Amino acid sequence: MSNEGRNPELRAQFDINYYQFLDNQGTLKNSLPTYLEDDKLQVALYRQMVLTRLLDAKCIALQRTGKMGTYPSTLGQEAVGVGIGYAMTKQDVFAPYYRDMATQLIRGVKIKDILLCWGGDERGNQSEQTPFDLPCCVPIATQVTHAAGIASAIKIRHEKHAVVSTLGDGATSRGDFAESINLAGAWQLPLVVVINNNQWAISVPREVQTAAQTLAQKGIAGEVRCEQVDGCDVLAVYDAVKRALAHAYEGKGPTLIEAITYRLCDHTTADDATRYSPSDGLKKGWEKEPIKRYRSFLHSKKLWDEHKETALFEQCEQQINTAVQEYLDTEPQPPEAMFDYLYEELPRSLKEQRQQLIDKTREAQP
Amino acid sequence: MNHAANTETVNATENSFESAKDPVKESSQEITMVEAVNLAMAYEMRMDENVVILGEDVGTNGGVFRATDGLKAEFGLRRVMDTPLAETLIAGITVGMASQGLRPIAEIQFMGFIFATMEHIICHAARLRNRTRGRLSCPMVLRAPFGGGIHAPEHHSESTEAIFAHTAGLRVVVPSSPVRAYGLLLAAIRDPDPVIFLEPKRIYRISKQTIEDNGEALPLDVCFTLREGQDITLISWGAMILETLQAANQLTESGHSVEVIDVATISPLDIDTILSSVKKTGRCVIIHEAAKNCGVGAEISAQISERALLSLQAPIKRVTGYDTIMPYFRNEKYYMPSTKDIVKAAMETLHYE
Ligand SMILES: Cc1ncc(C[n+]2csc(CCOP(=O)(O)OP(=O)(O)O)c2C)c(N)n1
Ligand SMILES: [Mg+2]
Repeated sequence: MSNEGRNPELRAQFDINYYQFLDNQGTLKNSLPTYLEDDKLQVALYRQMVLTRLLDAKCIALQRTGKMGTYPSTLGQEAVGVGIGYAMTKQDVFAPYYRDMATQLIRGVKIKDILLCWGGDERGNQSEQTPFDLPCCVPIATQVTHAAGIASAIKIRHEKHAVVSTLGDGATSRGDFAESINLAGAWQLPLVVVINNNQWAISVPREVQTAAQTLAQKGIAGEVRCEQVDGCDVLAVYDAVKRALAHAYEGKGPTLIEAITYRLCDHTTADDATRYSPSDGLKKGWEKEPIKRYRSFLHSKKLWDEHKETALFEQCEQQINTAVQEYLDTEPQPPEAMFDYLYEELPRSLKEQRQQLIDKTREAQP
Repeated sequence: MNHAANTETVNATENSFESAKDPVKESSQEITMVEAVNLAMAYEMRMDENVVILGEDVGTNGGVFRATDGLKAEFGLRRVMDTPLAETLIAGITVGMASQGLRPIAEIQFMGFIFATMEHIICHAARLRNRTRGRLSCPMVLRAPFGGGIHAPEHHSESTEAIFAHTAGLRVVVPSSPVRAYGLLLAAIRDPDPVIFLEPKRIYRISKQTIEDNGEALPLDVCFTLREGQDITLISWGAMILETLQAANQLTESGHSVEVIDVATISPLDIDTILSSVKKTGRCVIIHEAAKNCGVGAEISAQISERALLSLQAPIKRVTGYDTIMPYFRNEKYYMPSTKDIVKAAMETLHYE
């Protein structure tokens, strides 16, 4: 049956905007707002993206040589993490997922801590530099609900800062995400949710996750301000998050940002993307990658040259190698450490088990 | 299931275990446990068009452990479905499909992500038959790899089978070898009620066995006696069967006669096999990777105490994981029970006066 001749009233209509400053070649497509015309900031964004990429390569090398565990690469997605990290203030709270090393580094997490985490040591999450940020979250999309809770706490206490949470494209299929977005709209929470749409959830392509034209529009049902940005354009990401945070600080409510990227790597070091991913996707992905285009942009502005590039690489390598050495030199926790943070105070019944483990370890030593 | 039938099955299993003695048959092949899982699903999908597979990355990728490798190519998109990334959804649609007579096999990528399914499993799958007084049922299988020892990230190593064992209306099945994975999974798919099929991923590829791809299921709701003995009973399931058998070897070398039971279906429990063994040996050690507190070992131990206390010549011992959160992998080895721990507990039990 068609709806012909029924004359409905128009009740709502929606648009999704896409933001980009730099095209794939690094040419400025739209003029920058004045606050982005900041040479120091522009160079800092570049340096951080390079550090992220070099550290990423090191992490993969460590995993391949048995010195670290499974690791999710950020290759090709550096602009998302760096844009978010620079847009946030110290007071804001970050609720990351597992592919967020770039932002965590800017927040103050040490390289050594990142390595400890993926090297199978809880102390990597101890990070004193980020007292209220949540640690890297593995159960998909659950962090978004916690972020909504943090945003609620901020609102209850009449505080002025905001929360940023991240997730992948696949993660937007989970109820945790939809429920949080709904709440954020209903309660007008100071929450910014950024989707790193890298086109894949392990082997499942974005089109298989949802029939929706954009992931950004998933905010519409909850009356959440939403937009798409070029996630390989660090200036666009920075600007989108900055605007979203300003909106939140003013008490105007949440924003959902879909950052379009491409995963230029396997899902993790445990994955083999050649099983499912056609190589032309990867080729197109490389054309958009964030660092090369941004370097061209800085070159054109005379903010960067080969000299600086060489110096930066050397500096990053040194910083990374020092941290790697610190990581490799870190003694494992004693076995009984597994008991030490279960509760504020260890219950009596567990003290006995803890002692048994200590005795057993001692016996095993010659 | 009577005891005689059980023993027969055991013998069949043991024979395939020692395949070297048999002339290798045409359709038999040396395969790993994860390949056996794949083989069982493929067999049943060929036999019964109601069998469908769904989950994350189960299609083109063949599952992150390759358990569904090649199945999409053979059976197509309509029967091997990559779902959106949503475990609550996966469990819910599986219940819906099963209620209409399909026989869905849902894969949860790791048991650490099974918790979002619980509302559907506990409030619906386990109860549909009861709630409708038999009008509807839920012949589904929820598969998930579980357990530690593979140096995985957080939430990829826990053993939380007891949570499901505590729920009435479910079967909870854990294979411990390629042969039992093949036979038990076939039984689980054919079972008219929901089965939580937990695959110990540490032993997915640890060894191979000869399997004849003949569609012969092994019985659910029975324990498998892997080794007969007189002095002590070692009871375990899943990956810990490996250490348990190693311990049994060491104990045998030092002159003890050891009986080893693979519980296999941890709920509903085949207590008869366990009781008759313990009544014979008078001593037993229960071994599981999961935490001790409210673990399945507690239930086994309680039932032995209730029904065979006077046959016991020593207190029941449990060798288990600690009542802690599974440590990140750098220290996970301290969490997992070892062969040495089992031997030590068994020796204390054997020498108890
Ligand atoms: C609840 C849950 N289910 C499954 C997994 C296993 N898993 C890890 S990453 C992943 C895909 C995530 O894809 P996406 O959300 O797009 O993020 P990406 O990794 O691509 O950045 C899956 C299924 C998990 N970690 N948590
Ligand atoms: Mg993705």
